Amino acid sequence: MRFFALIAVIITGALLIYATVDMPNWGDPNSPANIHVSPRYIEKTIEETATPNAVTSVVADYRGYDTLGETTVIFTSGIICILLLRRRK
Amino acid sequence: MIGRFDNVIIQTISRLLIPPIQLFALYVIAHGHYSPGGGFQGGCILGASFILMVIAYDIKEAKRMMSEKVNTIFSSLGVIIYSGIGVVCLILSANYLDYGILNKIMPVTIAEARALGIFGVEVGVGITVMAVMVSIFLNLASGGEHEEAEE
Repeated sequence: MRFFALIAVIITGALLIYATVDMPNWGDPNSPANIHVSPRYIEKTIEETATPNAVTSVVADYRGYDTLGETTVIFTSGIICILLLRRRK
Repeated sequence: MIGRFDNVIIQTISRLLIPPIQLFALYVIAHGHYSPGGGFQGGCILGASFILMVIAYDIKEAKRMMSEKVNTIFSSLGVIIYSGIGVVCLILSANYLDYGILNKIMPVTIAEARALGIFGVEVGVGITVMAVMVSIFLNLASGGEHEEAEE
């Protein structure tokens, strides 16, 4: 059974490595991520959000839901830590 | 449980260092619009200053500055600030977290309202990260058995 598991893992890993061949080159200016959203954010961030730091405007404004989720994850981890560890003598 | 560790050099240096660290943390949060930084990083630095206080003094001393109740309230207050700004935008008939509509209640342009919305969100993130860092550290360092400081 472990042998079949090993075969499955090797096949999946080979497929994943094969799929990376199709990915755009590192920093390729013509990759889809660099010709659709990135120029839009870089060009409009001052005009739309009055924030010179494009990273901040993307993180907190254009991708606001994402950051809300991240904050909730951190809050949840703190609450879980209290729930699991906290004891009163 | 971290016991009290009396060392004049460590205690004096950390007493001198903690205020600049906290000031720098507020700078990182407030200056996220112009330089690398923001709520997560600034909140971490702010939490680190409290952790330094726990290490240099002890848990009781740090809890006199910020009790466990206040800490837990802060950790949820940040998320409430964040989602509350979103709800305010919703009440003003825009999409959730669409800060541009905040110019209806503040005398600024739409772009500046967005910048202010980003700042409010960063403050919320910073408060949550700071409180959660401190509470995780206290619980892990003491195995959950840090007793309440005397009120």
